[in-house]
Amino acid sequence: MQYALIIRESAEDFVRRGDPAYRDGWTAYTKALVQAGILTAGAGLTPPETGTIVRRKGEDHDVQDGPYPEGKEQLGGFYVIEVPDLDAALEWATRVPVSERGSVEIRPRLQTA
Amino acid sequence: MTSDAGRAAEKVARQSYGKLIAFLAARSRDVPAAEDALSEALAAALRTWPERGIPDNPEAWLLTAARRNLIQAARHRNVRDNARSMVTLAFEEAEERMNDVENAVFPDERLKLLFACTHPAIDRSMHTPLMLQTVLGVDAKTMARAFVASPDAMSQRLVRAKVKIRDAGIPFAIPEQHMLTERLAGVLSAIYAAYGLGWDGLDGEEDSRTGLTGEAIWLSRTLTTILPEEPEVMGLLSLMLYCEARRHARRDIDGLYVPLEDQDTGLWNEIMMAEADALLRKAGTFDCFGPFQCQAAIQSVHVSRRRTAATDWEALVTLYRALISMKPTLGAKVSHAAVIGRVEGAASALTLLDGLEQRAIASYQPYWAVRAHLLSELGESDAAAEAYRIAIGLSDNPTICTFLTGRLKAVISRSA
Repeated sequence: MQYALIIRESAEDFVRRGDPAYRDGWTAYTKALVQAGILTAGAGLTPPETGTIVRRKGEDHDVQDGPYPEGKEQLGGFYVIEVPDLDAALEWATRVPVSERGSVEIRPRLQTA
Repeated sequence: MTSDAGRAAEKVARQSYGKLIAFLAARSRDVPAAEDALSEALAAALRTWPERGIPDNPEAWLLTAARRNLIQAARHRNVRDNARSMVTLAFEEAEERMNDVENAVFPDERLKLLFACTHPAIDRSMHTPLMLQTVLGVDAKTMARAFVASPDAMSQRLVRAKVKIRDAGIPFAIPEQHMLTERLAGVLSAIYAAYGLGWDGLDGEEDSRTGLTGEAIWLSRTLTTILPEEPEVMGLLSLMLYCEARRHARRDIDGLYVPLEDQDTGLWNEIMMAEADALLRKAGTFDCFGPFQCQAAIQSVHVSRRRTAATDWEALVTLYRALISMKPTLGAKVSHAAVIGRVEGAASALTLLDGLEQRAIASYQPYWAVRAHLLSELGESDAAAEAYRIAIGLSDNPTICTFLTGRLKAVISRSA
């Protein structure tokens, strides 16, 4: 099964991305996924301030500066991995180097026929 | 046929049903589809076996009955329905196994099902109902009564949990060694919760053999045969047997509640206590103490009173301390305070109770009952009466209510 590991980071985490100790953790984790041969997709994302939000307004579109103000955690990136079941996905999720202020959500990839 | 034979037939039917569900679900990961295939066969078995007797091969009987439903249902079904064909494939594998003379005994994979139902990704409050439904075929209506929910709400939550098992890819497997202890704790807690519900009489069954307490003991027995080397599994079974042994002593002839200390030890079931003792001793030989062994040990101290005519409160203090260090639940802390009350006096016990988190105790009935008892020992009748009233207000069991009301009256008359 394919699972997305959805990474959410706090504002402090986004600031710490320049910090080698934090960055190296992510590089090592990504390497480990590649090494295991289970990484099928993924991307790290720039901080939420760089985002732009488009919303449908009737026939028109409304363009706004990001990010969504609510929530202490913001989307930081994601991995898509191919593993046999949820327990295997959980095992990889527990290795993600998020800080105590961040989180990892595991979601199965939508199956399309 | 006698009702005992009827119950035996029901037991075999549910046992075989659970084995077949486990077999089908482990291969298709689709619990709802497995249940669809087998539920009518179970209903037919529960109808006919008590009258006509248990068939020689119960699993084969159920599969044959289910085969008819499956063919009928397939005619109405979309051919492209992938999940259904997974179950159909698993079904055919089961039939093949059944006809294979080399493998005469049908595989028992219920433990895998138990681990799936109590997976941490499933809402904790659904672990016990899910387990009871899939492994024992207990229907949603019975469960709704036991778990104080509307039948519709219970059905919906069960369906949601089963869809999650399928769609999230929750494995049907015995967890690897490094996860086993933690996951096993989830299975044991769910079984003990089923026992607790039956014990409180919330399932409306006074007869232990048909109520949830019986199902819980039975599941735990099954577990000891599948995992014979796990001391906590023995601990859980021992704990439940100690409690079960006292079942007939906890009500007097008028049906009124009798507290443990006042129970007639002659009414306790010697056979069950002997089995519980033996299990606890065997668990101890593995030298790996855990919360269920600890709770069983607490019960073993209580039942020793039948031989020594006295309760070893010091031993209970030690055991509750150990329990709190392993599993700091509110129940353990309140019980610890109660036994401290016996050893060091009511004042020390009240200090312990005062130290508990206020928000947690607000709706916890045992806290108020213990507090009321301690206050009345100190002669603080008004405060005791107040605490008894809160305890009565929080009780969901009429016999406990009657008992506490009696205590309340005694406190009021003493202060008057």
